Amino acid sequence: MNGFLTLFYKELLRFWKVGLQTVFAPMLSTLLYLLIFSHVLEERVQVYPSVTYTVFLIPGLVIMAMLQNAFANSSSSLIQSTVSGNHIFMLLSPLSYQEIFTAYVLASVVRGLLVGLGICVVTLAFFELPLYSFAWVFAFALMGTALLGALGIIAGIWAEKFEQLAALQNFIILPLTFLSGVFYTISSLPPFWQGLSYMNPFFYMVDGFRYGFFRASDVSPYLSLGILVAWFLAVSWCTLRMLKTGYKIRK
Amino acid sequence: MIPAIEVRQVHKRFGTLHALYGIDLEINAGEFFALLGPNGAGKTTLINIIAGLALANSGSVRVMGHDVVSGYREARRMLGVVPQELVFDPFFTVRETLVFQSGYFGMKRNNDWIDEIIHHLDLADKADTNMRLLSGGMKRRVLVAQALVHKPQVIVLDEPTAGVDVELRQALWRFIKQLNRNGHTIVLTTHYLEEAEALCNRVAMLKNGSIIVLDSVRNLISNISGLRIRLRLSPDTLPTALQLLTINHDQGSYILAIEGYSQLENVMTALHAAQIQILDMQILQPDLEEVFVKLMHGTENLESASV
Ligand SMILES: Nc1ncnc2c1ncn2[C@@H]1O[C@H](COP(=O)(O)OP(=O)(O)O)[C@@H](O)[C@H]1O
Ligand SMILES: [Mg+2]
Repeated sequence: MNGFLTLFYKELLRFWKVGLQTVFAPMLSTLLYLLIFSHVLEERVQVYPSVTYTVFLIPGLVIMAMLQNAFANSSSSLIQSTVSGNHIFMLLSPLSYQEIFTAYVLASVVRGLLVGLGICVVTLAFFELPLYSFAWVFAFALMGTALLGALGIIAGIWAEKFEQLAALQNFIILPLTFLSGVFYTISSLPPFWQGLSYMNPFFYMVDGFRYGFFRASDVSPYLSLGILVAWFLAVSWCTLRMLKTGYKIRK
Repeated sequence: MIPAIEVRQVHKRFGTLHALYGIDLEINAGEFFALLGPNGAGKTTLINIIAGLALANSGSVRVMGHDVVSGYREARRMLGVVPQELVFDPFFTVRETLVFQSGYFGMKRNNDWIDEIIHHLDLADKADTNMRLLSGGMKRRVLVAQALVHKPQVIVLDEPTAGVDVELRQALWRFIKQLNRNGHTIVLTTHYLEEAEALCNRVAMLKNGSIIVLDSVRNLISNISGLRIRLRLSPDTLPTALQLLTINHDQGSYILAIEGYSQLENVMTALHAAQIQILDMQILQPDLEEVFVKLMHGTENLESASV
């Protein structure tokens, strides 16, 4: 195996060995959200005609879980290595910073997709979920998890303590995912909040992902995808610069 | 011949601390070399720069002719580093750790070699044990194994025997001596000067980020001027003329510093004249420790004198 594939495989094994926490627990909590919200709100809210609220919720909750797990994967792996110091084994090897970047991002993508796929499979046993276009669904799943995987690298390298990482997760990632239109479409929001939502990259992930199922969205999926690609390029550029200059990891 | 390691005018600052102050060092292929110096001298920092774990503020480093920054892939393939800290990945077993490390270097079909180092470092019955469950000494062996997994030409060990029991220390040195005989260049830092003396051809002594001495062990020891003699006397006292020479007095024995064998005669005469009887006399051989202590104190005095 070459160096890149080894690192990628090691990162996969790292979460798979504790798959109960890293894949099944997020699946379970998403399914619980779904049960509770649908039980409480099913009769009262309808967002799209002919789509029950529960079914409307599914794609949003699925991608939210995918994004959170993609972020958690690269960030927790890196902070564990930098805190314990075992990241030096990767740094002592001839792996280039681009290979390191790609391996961590891909491992995040795989974990995100696994969680998403798991939730979809289980929910399909209980609900009928339309699927308009697998290609759109996949494109947004891929861009979303890749973007969060790259953000996770930045967070994992920047944070020096687990509390700092937890703070990022609780005060930035979590609110942004919740305020991205998982539980509503932003057309129902007052103009100020609508305007704010357009700045939130998570909004485009949720909106585009949902488009793949319902063929209905707040903005055009092409625009959403374009914005996400731009975000991904910008975040990747920053991440690659950090890795290249050895920010915090090569003293 | 291309030097195994070539350090040119390396400076390293941590904020206002000037941790390395213009280091120049050349280590030849096949040498067994020791980097000595008190805590905080900059040994680990220098090793980190050679390994690419830290970046120098200026200057350059080559490993087997490859620049560690612009030619990092080749340089790192040539270099195996045993870090000072006992670091490990708690997710994996010993064998997994070694297989991954080998994979990072793109080694193909390396299992025979991995088995061989597991065997040589006496890790065979722990090969499938999780790293978390190993004792400190065992973790140290895995670190050594990890450094060797890609068959590097140059092996750097940062205090490999700190906190390691005597048995393992000896086993480790046998193994490393074997590697050196097979042509590998060995660079180590250690606090045990007798180890450096027994194993190394040349040593560099580092202090406050500068190399203050760079020489063969033999030259260093033979250049120590003068002799030390230990005397047990009856009565346990020295004539005033000899008190100036005393460097130590305890448990009924004196250690005197003299310039050479000719001065020995004067000491005898003075003792005889004062009617002091010599119960026992030993001439002490100088060792690296003495060189070390002398040099470290010597420069301290120089510094305080120049203030
Ligand atoms: N990452 C760092 N940040 C700030 N200072 C450091 C860092 N690493 C080492 N130093 C300082 O540099 C000096 C040399 O340290 P080091 O190379 O570890 O010494 P040695 O290995 O010889 O004991 C010490 O004063 C140490 O405190
Ligand atoms: Mg050190």
